[in-house]
Formats: sequence, structure tokens, C-alpha cells
Amino acid sequence: MSINADTVKHVANLARLNISDDEVESHTNQLSQILGLMDQLNSLPTDNVEPMTHAVDMLMPAREDVVVNGDSREILLNCAPDSEDGHFRVPKIIE
Amino acid sequence: MLSDPTTLTLAKLSELLKKRQISSEDLVNTFLEKIESQNPNINAYITVDKAGAIKAAKDADARLDAKQGEALTGIPIGVKDLFCTKGLLTTCASKILHNFIPPYESTVTSRLKAAGAVVLGKTNMDEFAMGSSNETSHFGVVKNPWDHSRIPGGSSGGSAAAVSASLCSATIGTDTGGSIRQPAALTGITGFKPTYGRVSRFGMIAFASSLDQAGPMTKTAQDSALMLQTMAGHDAKDATSINAPVPDYMASLNDGLKGRKIGIPAEYFASGLSQDVATVIEEAKKQFTDLGAELVPVSLPTTKHAIPTYYILAPAEASSNLARYDGVRFGYRCEDPQDIKDLYFRTRAEGFGSEVKRRIMLGTYVLSSGYYDAYYLKAQKVRRLIADDFKAAFAKVDLLLAPTTPDTAFKLGAKTDDPVQMYLSDIFTINVNLAGLPAISIPCGFDKTNLPIGLQLIGRPLDESGILSAAHAYQQATDWHTRSPIL
Repeated sequence: MSINADTVKHVANLARLNISDDEVESHTNQLSQILGLMDQLNSLPTDNVEPMTHAVDMLMPAREDVVVNGDSREILLNCAPDSEDGHFRVPKIIE
Repeated sequence: MLSDPTTLTLAKLSELLKKRQISSEDLVNTFLEKIESQNPNINAYITVDKAGAIKAAKDADARLDAKQGEALTGIPIGVKDLFCTKGLLTTCASKILHNFIPPYESTVTSRLKAAGAVVLGKTNMDEFAMGSSNETSHFGVVKNPWDHSRIPGGSSGGSAAAVSASLCSATIGTDTGGSIRQPAALTGITGFKPTYGRVSRFGMIAFASSLDQAGPMTKTAQDSALMLQTMAGHDAKDATSINAPVPDYMASLNDGLKGRKIGIPAEYFASGLSQDVATVIEEAKKQFTDLGAELVPVSLPTTKHAIPTYYILAPAEASSNLARYDGVRFGYRCEDPQDIKDLYFRTRAEGFGSEVKRRIMLGTYVLSSGYYDAYYLKAQKVRRLIADDFKAAFAKVDLLLAPTTPDTAFKLGAKTDDPVQMYLSDIFTINVNLAGLPAISIPCGFDKTNLPIGLQLIGRPLDESGILSAAHAYQQATDWHTRSPIL
């Protein structure tokens, strides 16, 4: 399966990545090549195979729904590029 | 004082520390000096924590003086820069995390530190563990200590090179598609990926969550046993952590190979295997027979489909995991964003390197509307077939023996422009991750140009003991693991 430049631009938008015209070209070529590798899977019949979603057969463990981390707001905000009054700060969203 | 303690095994250093024939502080200083002189040539470390290491060594000495040391107390280790270390820069070798100082500690490093291990620093790697050559790091390529014009393998290339060049006693790495075993093979060390879920993933920066697993990288199987003993075990902070007791790995280390059935999977000896690797692995097979093992031919027919399967599932998971890097909560943010959209798009475009972007694009594509069934669902089904192959083989044999890589270390830059060729170098390691199995790579010889070759032993789920004792038996009878590169 090969993909075209429009698809690459669409996928880049979904992935929230700015890409230059040069990158559109290289991604189109390389992703087409890689997807070509994937097509060999079509030769393998899998109609009655259960998809494997986890490496180990186990159920997700549940725990009591209680706070265990405590209040770490200041510590986490310290990691942010920009914060103010206990919040993450980003450019204005609504005009 | 010993002549050069850096080249000794972890087990030997542990003994000397306990007997107080060497102090952790002296040992740590010796390693730090060696890092200072050798690391510029190899680039195995991204961050060296001199002050933290000396302080931890002093604490370890006090503990050892009080006869309260454990096997790892005072042992200088390196940590792949993918494990969050509280207060110590953790970059995942990416520009997007170039300034990230984690506010918390990974479970694995917290266990190692509690046991008294001394963290010398954070080791280099492929960006977000995406690569097979350690050439995608934002902090520069790592060089193979055996030949500086060659790659050390990846993604745990810095960890492998650090052990190989004796710039620490042991390291921890992570293995999503071979990232512990492949660089271990290419640098002539022992690298062990445990069963998925055996070691907690809490505090490991996620790449592909259904495949990622941490493990030790050491000079010997015995050293791996000592490291894993502390690393393994259930952790409530990781929902995929297996709640099963951790056996005493040292207690079974000398179980030997007599009567063990070892499967030889035909598909791992087919085309693509280099002549030198094939010859060396044949020799190793003979050695295993001499040590009392019975070799049994087996088949894993779905092997050839593992690469496309992996390169659908891993990028799909990665594209989801890496959505968190948005320039808002931590890490890199682009300069002067015009609006929120510009902030997201430019931060990610500037912060991620080209291989990471390629995988995000690939993963986003295979998960996108209209393609999910054709790629992602199909790959999940093939993953089941791959796991079933192993299950059928392990009904007949106790272990599988195969080469770790089809060839020895290639030249720096040889495959950087050809992602498909790069991906194909994982052919013998990724099957194991898809099936969630434990596997070790141990040195078993050299090619004609004196580059190390590794052999892989794959085991049943949670049979880390069986793998370690088999690898130990081989290392008792051979000396490949004792060879070191000339620096």
C-alpha cells in the first residue's frame, strides 16, 4: 500500500506535527516503503484468530478509588514551561 | 588497592565490598575518573551525577561497615536515561525532555537504590528507545567500544557500551523489540529481558506499553541474577505487573544443563544469517550438547511476519503514548507560540527527532479511521499466532537457542537513510517481545574482524531461573564473556 502527500499532511495534522514540504516528500516515500512491508501480512489467514491485546493473560487489577498521591500540585507545576496561580499557562485560546 | 577493579564482575566487587577490601567511595571515584577520560570517546553517558554518586557511596560504606550490606550495596551502576530519577535530569535522549527533572522515582531505580546500588549517571540511548543503533539520540551517537567506527546497537546502546567499556559495573536497560539483547550482543556483554510484567514499568518513560520491559545489562549471567533479584517483583503502581513470587535466582544458578531440552528454531537459521555468526553459533550449540543438553529441532513458522506486526503495534502504541508531549505540562516548549495550535504543532515538530516523528506518523496512520482493521487489528491477530508458535515449541522443549542478531555491529551511518533495513535488523529479537517471553543474550564468540557475537536463550513465561542457570553453565565452560575491548 502506498500513500500520497495529502494523506501524509492529514496524518501529520492528526499527530499535531508541523511538517515542511521536504518532510512531506520524505515521509510519503518512507511510509509507503514501510507500509509495503506490512502488506505481507495479508498472505496470512487470521479469520478465526482472537486479537492479542496483552502480552500476559491477566485481568486488570482494580483498587479502591481513593487518592494515594496526595497534593502534588506545586511539585508538578514546577515542571511546566509556564504556570500562574496554580494553573498551567498557555497562549490565549478564545478570541 | 587492586590494580583495576572496574573490569571485575559485579559478584566479585560485591564480595570485596562486603569483606571491606575495597570501599564503595574508592570504587566510585575510580569509575568516575574512567568515565571522565573515556566517555568523550564513547558517549555512553548523557548525565554523570558525581556528587550524588559519592554521597550514595559514603552511605553504602557506612552500611557495609555495619555489616548490613546486600549484594548490590556499594555497586556503581548506570541507568538508561528512560527511567525517571527524582531530582536528576531524565531526557529519554530527546530534545523534548532536555530539561525534564522528574518529581518522582521509577520503581526499578528506587529498589536498586534501596538495596544500596550507587547510580553513577544516566546512559545514552536512541531517542524514546526508538532505534537499533543508538544513532537517533539528541545527545549524539554512542560508539561501539570494540570499534569506534561502528554502532553499539540500540536502543540501550549507552548502557551496553558502558558495561562493555567498564564505565560502570552493571546497567539497567529496557527492551521493547530487542533493545537490551541486541546491543548486548553487539558489544559482547550479557543482557537479560525478563518476562513482560516481571519488572515494574512504573516511572519508565513509555514507548510501546504492551511490549516495554526493563532488565539488567551485565558482564555475566550471575551478575544479571543479582540485579534481577532486586529489580523483579509485583508493584501496585503498574497495572500490568505480575503478582507472583520472585524465586531465589542465585539458589538455582548452578542447576546445570544436564537433561535440559533446548529447541533450535529452524527459522532463525535461514537466509540472512551471516557466515561468521552461523559458524560461531554452531560451535556454541556443540558446547551446550557437551554440557549435557539435548538439542531438538523446532519450528516457529510465523517468525517472518514478526517485523511488520511489530512495526504496526509498537508505533501505534507510541503515537498514543507520545501524545502527552504538548509543551504545556513539562519539557520543551517552542519560542513565542502564536496560539495553542502553534504551540502544539511547533513544540512537537521542534522537540522530536526524525525517527520518532516517523513512528508517530506511522502509528497515527495505522490507527486512523478506515485503516484500523487492515493494520492494527490484523497485527494483533498475527501477534497471537506468534505467541502460539512459542507455546507449541515450549510443549516440547525447556529453552530455545538462537542467534541474537543476524550480523555483527555495522558501521555508523550505514542504515540511517533506510528505515526498512534498520527495522529488519531486529528480526531475531522482536518475536520474543510480541510473545512477552524472557530471553537473554550472552557472548559466544567473535567474527573475523574481532567484533562480538551473541547467542540468545529464550524461555517459558516466568522461567528467568531456567534461562539464568543455562547461561551460567555456558559461561562456566567458556570465556567469551571475559573478553574486553582495548580502550
